[in-house]
Amino acid sequence: MFFDRPPSVLGFAAVGGKRESEGPLADGFDLLETDTTFGEKSWERAESKMQAICADLAIQKSGTKVEQLDLLFAGDLENQCTASNYTLRNLDVPFAGLYNACATMAEGLALASCFVAGGLAQRTMALTSSHFCAAERQFRFPLEYGGKRTPTSQWTATASGGVVLGDAGGPPYVRAVTFGRVIDYGIRDINNMGAAMAPAAVSTLLTFFKDSGEKPEDFDRIFTGDLGMVGSALMEELCKREGVLLNNHEDCGLLLYDRGKQEVGAGGSGAGCSAAVLCSHILPRLREGKLRRVLFLATGALMSPTTTLQKESIPGVAHLVLLESEK
Amino acid sequence: MQFFWAFLVGGALCVIGQLLIDLTAMTPARILVLFVVSGVVLSALGWYPPLAKFAGAGATVPLLGFGHLLAQGVIAAVEQHGLLGALTGGFSAAAGGIAASLACGVIASLLARSKDQC
Amino acid sequence: MKLSKEEYDKLNQQVSPKSRLLTDCLWAFFVGGSICLVGEVLRVFYLSRGFILTDASALTSVTLVVLSAVLTSLGWYQKLASRAGAGTLVPITGFANAVVSPAIEYRVEGLVTGVGAKMFVIAGPVIVWGMLASIVWGVVYYFLRPMLGG
Repeated sequence: MFFDRPPSVLGFAAVGGKRESEGPLADGFDLLETDTTFGEKSWERAESKMQAICADLAIQKSGTKVEQLDLLFAGDLENQCTASNYTLRNLDVPFAGLYNACATMAEGLALASCFVAGGLAQRTMALTSSHFCAAERQFRFPLEYGGKRTPTSQWTATASGGVVLGDAGGPPYVRAVTFGRVIDYGIRDINNMGAAMAPAAVSTLLTFFKDSGEKPEDFDRIFTGDLGMVGSALMEELCKREGVLLNNHEDCGLLLYDRGKQEVGAGGSGAGCSAAVLCSHILPRLREGKLRRVLFLATGALMSPTTTLQKESIPGVAHLVLLESEK
Repeated sequence: MQFFWAFLVGGALCVIGQLLIDLTAMTPARILVLFVVSGVVLSALGWYPPLAKFAGAGATVPLLGFGHLLAQGVIAAVEQHGLLGALTGGFSAAAGGIAASLACGVIASLLARSKDQC
Repeated sequence: MKLSKEEYDKLNQQVSPKSRLLTDCLWAFFVGGSICLVGEVLRVFYLSRGFILTDASALTSVTLVVLSAVLTSLGWYQKLASRAGAGTLVPITGFANAVVSPAIEYRVEGLVTGVGAKMFVIAGPVIVWGMLASIVWGVVYYFLRPMLGG
């Protein structure tokens, strides 16, 4: 979907935890809290608090008043999206909850853009978060449980990102969005989500190129969300087999951490990972004009602990957002 | 010397577990179940008691030893109580470890707090 | 896309990094061996204090369980396990860790519905299948005994 009147990114904010503060993107964050409990007594409350801080910062930086927001799309990894639900309890804004795992930020941003571009709303917002501890206790094991991670597993980021869009304003702009289809290539290993998501990323990317007639070299960068090392390699290989060479591809899961120094397996992941990289790294560069045309392609692995136990394979989805620094 | 054998046998049993983790797609829970059930079987076949005598804690501390404990407990109980011993023997023999874990769990839950891993 | 699931699976296996088998096994060997060595030292100590063999073994297990619970509470057992793998999983300390860690984690869901209900969420299968195996063996032993001349 191309927008004749591209929505403007009015403001954005990224909040992270301790690991993120030790990563290469630390300088781009608006707030980094080394106490990942955020002063709360449960990890679920901690995630909600982090998301609330991020929402406040993004709204404040956009120069928008809370009552001016027509609609907010938010999501996270917790069961029933509770982090977002409890954040929005204290934020007086119409709310639509989303779940697309790690692809939630692109999904939210795409929907928020559609509402503004279609004239259905003047100001909208997309917000996501993930918290390592809340995700571990829900999807894997208790935090004190001694387990060894396999090298293909990814580290859930403790981070949150929020973007406020408006129908009039400065750069960057959302020029186009492509919603992805659910793709399942039969990967069953929940410690290798990159492999489960890579085909979905390729599918959405190829659809976008076909619809728009553009080529990879028309963009400064193609950012995927949380494919990690394994998924990135698979995606580039799959694209090559389809005759599309990617030379300007970077992955949010690999940007957020320094895999050489930090033990994060194949890279970062989580709904907050791509969101935080978007808001701490990609959007600032677009605003400054250092990047001009960028594809933001966030991918999500759509399994649950139940489907994993029932030996289902992992479906993946990817949504694409084209961001530009000029109108 | 017995310390050396305890170290060697205990280490070797852990390596078997590690090979199962790395080379098969088995989850830790499945491996532990496999170890305990194997312990019962090996002990029932009479193969484990000599190892336990020889390697001491090297054979009894790994979870195979837990299975061995269950099997030996059942033998003793069947000798004493007949068929009823098949039901009571295992739990009685394992009671120490399980009850200690349970009590420690409750105490730890009151004293400790869940911490981030970074 | 033209690729079949089988081809993709093959490609995935080429790209995915393998576990470092030798390093993993060395860690498992030395850490697991050391835990058993501590166990042996404890056992010899209890025997020297005049406990009979089965009591000394049980006391050894209990001591290791308590040690594991303390290390788990401090968050150190998890740090060791992230390297030692099976070395910390296979000994009885790993069983204790599997009981104590959910107890701590699910404390926020209450003492009954959290700690009580979730404590054996990981270690439960070990008890269930270990016990079942011992019951089967008990029945078998009962009927075998006359044949063994016992």
